[in-house]
Amino acid sequence: MAKAHAPDSSHYYIPHHSPWPIRGSIALFAMMLGAIGFLNDWAGAWSFLPGAVLLAYMFFGWFATVIGENQQGVYNLQVDRSFRMAMMWFIFSEVMFFGAFFGALFYARMLAVPWLGGEGVKVFTNFILWPKFEGIWPSNGPGHVGGRADSTFSTIPAIGIPALNTAILLTSGLTVTLAHNALRAGHRVRLGLFLALTFLLGFTFVGFQVREYGEAYRQLGLRLSTGIYGSTFFMLTGFHGLHVTLGAIMLLVIWLRVLRGHFTATRHFAFEAVAWYWHFVDWVWLGLFIFVYWL
Amino acid sequence: MPTPLSHAASHEEHDHKPSGWRRWVYATNHKDIGTMYLIFAGTMFFIGGLMAMLIRLELFKPGLQFFDPQFFNSMTTMHALIMIFGAVMPAWTGLANWMIPLQTGAPDMALPRLNNFSFWILPFAFTLLLSSLFVPGGAPAGGWTMYPPLALQTGASFPMLIFSIHLMGASSILGAINIVVTIINMRAPGMTLLRMPLFVWTWLITAYLLIAVMPVLAGAVTMLLTDHFFGTTFFTAAGGGDPVMFQHIFWFFGHPEVYILILPAFGIISEVIPTFARKPLFGYEAMVYAVASIAFLSFIVWAHHMFTVGMPLAAQLFFMLSTMLIAVPTGVKVFNWTATMWKGSLTFEPPMLFALAFLFLFTIGGFSGLMLAIVPADYQYQDTYFVVAHFHYVLVPGSVFGIMAGVYYWLPKWTGHMYDLKLATWHFWLSAIFVNVLFFPQHFLGLAGMPRRIPDYAVQFTDWNMVSTIGAFGFGLAQLLFPYIIWKCVRSGARVGNKAWEGAHGLEWELRSPPPYHSWTTPPSDAVIARGAEH
Amino acid sequence: MIRTKLAPLALLVAAACGCGPARADSGWGLLNMPEGVTEISRKIYALHMKIFWVCVAIAVVVFGAMIWSIVAYRKSKGAIPDGTLVHNTKVEFIWTVVPVFILIGMAVPAAKTLVEIEDTTKTELTIKVTGYQWGWHYDYLDDGVAYYSRLDRKSDAARELLSGIDPNTVDHYLLNVDHPLVVPVGTKVRLLITGADVIHSWWVPAFGVKKDAIPGFVNEAWFRVDTDKPGLYRGQCAELCGRDHGFMPIVVDVRSKADFASWLKDKAAEQKQAAAPSAAPAPPAPAAPAATSAGASAS
Ligand code: HEA
Ligand code: HEA
Ligand code: CUA
Ligand SMILES: [Cu+2]
Repeated sequence: MAKAHAPDSSHYYIPHHSPWPIRGSIALFAMMLGAIGFLNDWAGAWSFLPGAVLLAYMFFGWFATVIGENQQGVYNLQVDRSFRMAMMWFIFSEVMFFGAFFGALFYARMLAVPWLGGEGVKVFTNFILWPKFEGIWPSNGPGHVGGRADSTFSTIPAIGIPALNTAILLTSGLTVTLAHNALRAGHRVRLGLFLALTFLLGFTFVGFQVREYGEAYRQLGLRLSTGIYGSTFFMLTGFHGLHVTLGAIMLLVIWLRVLRGHFTATRHFAFEAVAWYWHFVDWVWLGLFIFVYWL
Repeated sequence: MPTPLSHAASHEEHDHKPSGWRRWVYATNHKDIGTMYLIFAGTMFFIGGLMAMLIRLELFKPGLQFFDPQFFNSMTTMHALIMIFGAVMPAWTGLANWMIPLQTGAPDMALPRLNNFSFWILPFAFTLLLSSLFVPGGAPAGGWTMYPPLALQTGASFPMLIFSIHLMGASSILGAINIVVTIINMRAPGMTLLRMPLFVWTWLITAYLLIAVMPVLAGAVTMLLTDHFFGTTFFTAAGGGDPVMFQHIFWFFGHPEVYILILPAFGIISEVIPTFARKPLFGYEAMVYAVASIAFLSFIVWAHHMFTVGMPLAAQLFFMLSTMLIAVPTGVKVFNWTATMWKGSLTFEPPMLFALAFLFLFTIGGFSGLMLAIVPADYQYQDTYFVVAHFHYVLVPGSVFGIMAGVYYWLPKWTGHMYDLKLATWHFWLSAIFVNVLFFPQHFLGLAGMPRRIPDYAVQFTDWNMVSTIGAFGFGLAQLLFPYIIWKCVRSGARVGNKAWEGAHGLEWELRSPPPYHSWTTPPSDAVIARGAEH
Repeated sequence: MIRTKLAPLALLVAAACGCGPARADSGWGLLNMPEGVTEISRKIYALHMKIFWVCVAIAVVVFGAMIWSIVAYRKSKGAIPDGTLVHNTKVEFIWTVVPVFILIGMAVPAAKTLVEIEDTTKTELTIKVTGYQWGWHYDYLDDGVAYYSRLDRKSDAARELLSGIDPNTVDHYLLNVDHPLVVPVGTKVRLLITGADVIHSWWVPAFGVKKDAIPGFVNEAWFRVDTDKPGLYRGQCAELCGRDHGFMPIVVDVRSKADFASWLKDKAAEQKQAAAPSAAPAPPAPAAPAATSAGASAS
């Protein structure tokens, strides 16, 4: 373990005071006040937008500072390692966040719906409260909540857009790796091309996802409010779509930096961080495809 | 690659501290941020405590004397949220900020800007939560556990509650990431994992717990939010959901959370006892493994909070057994602490007094916990004051006394001054006596059948409630000594050298008191580390 | 210091021996769980006392060792630290393994009792219990008898903020209802428990029964009161259910089989009399499923 420490660890870079974090906190606070005002129909979301703008400004400024320092070369390998570990653990926390919603999906499918259908320990639940409800998935519950006018709904077949999207994301996972290899090998042009390809695929994915949602809402009667199926479906795919969008934007930023000539074959933390993040949304999608669309 | 020069340059500016408000608001220094965390935690402890006093006031005798039941429930809910997320957790993070770099030979935390962010989110989070007291419908009153459907009946304060929890979660996760990275990546060469002080070890494991479960809480409350405002039916049977599902997700967070609240205390006790027993910690490695196994087990016991919801028999048996297992590693710790005092040479300065009280009272709380784990018995205990007694024994003379032991242990190091030992000893005795007067009778109340979360009770519960309330005000008033002692210490305490306590070991005692603004600008030598790591 | 730590423990020990089921007039004697009036409740009580004494025994050993070190190894008494005493595989092994066996010794009887509690077969009378904000609804599914049970008027008046009524003058303050649940002795009564609005919990300590009433789901519980123990048994809602969670007590009136039979007959007739379209008046704010099923099953 002691070995792991670079000899230059005594030169660990300690940044100057930073105005960015507090701006971030204020931004978050403003956004939430806005959201609260909106949800309670008070003043409306008036403070949300300024908050969002300030947040964007914070990210921009904060990262600009870090990138600047990095370009000056004040970061040693140990700082680099700190960044990497931090990103890894951040992604792990994201995994756990999705875990909560996957947990909800499994619980509903394996336990709640069957119980309401009178299986297992809860025979009387069905007998007394929900007679003639059959606990089969997909379901919008014994109350047949939401859905079309006749409170039915249909699901999106796995074969079709979802399968296509799977192919798209997997390919993008491949292209980002190719871009990485190109960076390592010092082929800047190839790097740029594959990187561009990656975020283009990413945005295409989001595009299809939007179309799919539109269809679900208009034709299939599949909405956020369509019982437990709609709830789990849209929360899972929605949060995933959000992450894909963010990931694609990050890839775009990285691409611009590449054009600016940032990153060396050996030192390119930001690139790798975004690549990891991209693989993470990739893996989450596989989970979604299997458990939400397919099975 | 940094030229030593570029570093030196930035270094110069840092030794004379920036002055004025910027020093705090733009802070990147682990000591400044640690201090802010501790002050914040102290403030919240007093606010949450004041709410507890209102609770005890209403419960002094039967009949409603002061508050509407709804407001009483708000007090219960806010008291818990503030004490857990506002007082104890930030106190631990503050201590981590102060001590981990000092104890591992690091110049600062790994990610100083992120460090600032994770602190400065908190004041906003709690502004949000506390202001919910003043909105139509009043503050959240569904209990800190926020069970739906009740929580969904919350008024305008509902989104404030949810978003403040999102902010607290973000703060904890960022803070935890920073601590993990600092411990793994910033240790001085030669500070091997098994040379680390136990406070660092316990915090490392706590940080992992935080990163693993705070996002789950965020997910749970997000589902509450969408159920309330966007028509999802996660927790509504009619839509195919299940109110109990929330309880599973919440407690998957909630049980590890309670160990998040206690593990750093284990670390502090493992530092304090060897110092004042003048004898290295007994079974250092066993202690490390015990904490690790407690952390592991904490992920598979959550449903012991839900024995009465009607789970299948097999599930109840599993969660009973897994829960009981936790007694084993915890026991190992208790026994090792005792063995550390065995054949030692004990003195009883305030940190040691609090540590000893911890030893006895946490164990009592652990025993009641074990009783709660026995499912058939829990059918009688569940949601009674027996549970309230259990968790206050582990939280107040457990976590809070742990924090106080830590503060009294390191205060001289932080300030360079010794505090008034006599006064601190008074603080201890008053706290230790009144905390028992306050919480022990609650065991009786619970067993005799008094439910928790009620503003008014049947007359036969009067006597022990009066005793408990008297204890509460005694304990509460005693806490006023704490800030006074600290203030007096900062102002006019006698100067201390590097080593404030005769038997102290560890890197922090190798530095001057107060330590330089940047703790270890050059890493300590292996010899120094070895001297510190004599456990 | 140690004395202050142990005094309360001693108290609980004292509490545990004997003075358990105490007079309701003074609270000082109320220190322990009631033994109750069903076989299960007594088994739970026995289990509770067993684990309690095991913990006391362990406490005596562990606290004894702590107190010994505190007393014997004081610097002020010139104690010299034995720095070599930092590790001892044998004792560490012992204090890891012994607790395991102690725990097994607790888990086995606990599991046995739990299995009995979960056996809801061969019940002779089934009552549907619905918790709502804030009261209980009882429905004798097979006999067309159904009614609400709320906090009785006297308590309800006295519990108002600054009502000026001294709770001590109200009999069974907060533990009395207008219409208690009536059941026969010596009969295995099955409760089908659900919630109308939020989660409640039906708890009668004397029966050793506590089960959550969860909206949209039905939980089962059962009890059989000893034939020689008719009488009134009281409990309270045991899950926070909003503003008046503290004010929805449970009273069970346990009668001889004959008395119960006649009560049930009269009650059924009486409810036929008041043959409004639906047997049960709609509760203040029950969720649809609960209301309909209440009506349906009672007609
Ligand atoms: C610091 C926080 C903390 C800690 C450390 C613990 C520790 C434990 N807790 Fe506790 N608990 C809470 C905080 C904590 N708890 C809170 C806040 C709640 C209520 C939440 C709410 O509903 O609001 C709660 C509720 C709670 C319940 C649910 C009760 C109910 O609602 O019905 C249960 C049930 O199993 C339980 C069990 C345990 C156990 C077995 C331990 C074990 O870890 C204890 C282990 C320790 C010992 C056993 C003592 C030392 C060991 C020895 C001396 C060795 C020899 C001993 C034996 C072999 C027995 N706790
Ligand atoms: C770390 C967590 C923590 C801490 C430190 C405490 C500390 C205290 N708690 Fe609390 N408590 C919880 C966590 C905690 N609690 C939780 C999780 C619940 C469950 C909530 C729920 O059911 O949802 C709970 C519930 C709870 C209840 C049950 C409420 C109910 O069921 O309705 C009670 C009642 O006695 C109580 C009392 C106290 C008291 C008297 C203190 C004392 O230790 C506080 C002492 C501190 C002070 C008093 C502040 C300092 C002094 C001053 C501010 C000076 C002024 C003082 C006076 C005027 C006397 N707490
Ligand atoms: Cu009903 Cu509490
Ligand atoms: Cu727990």
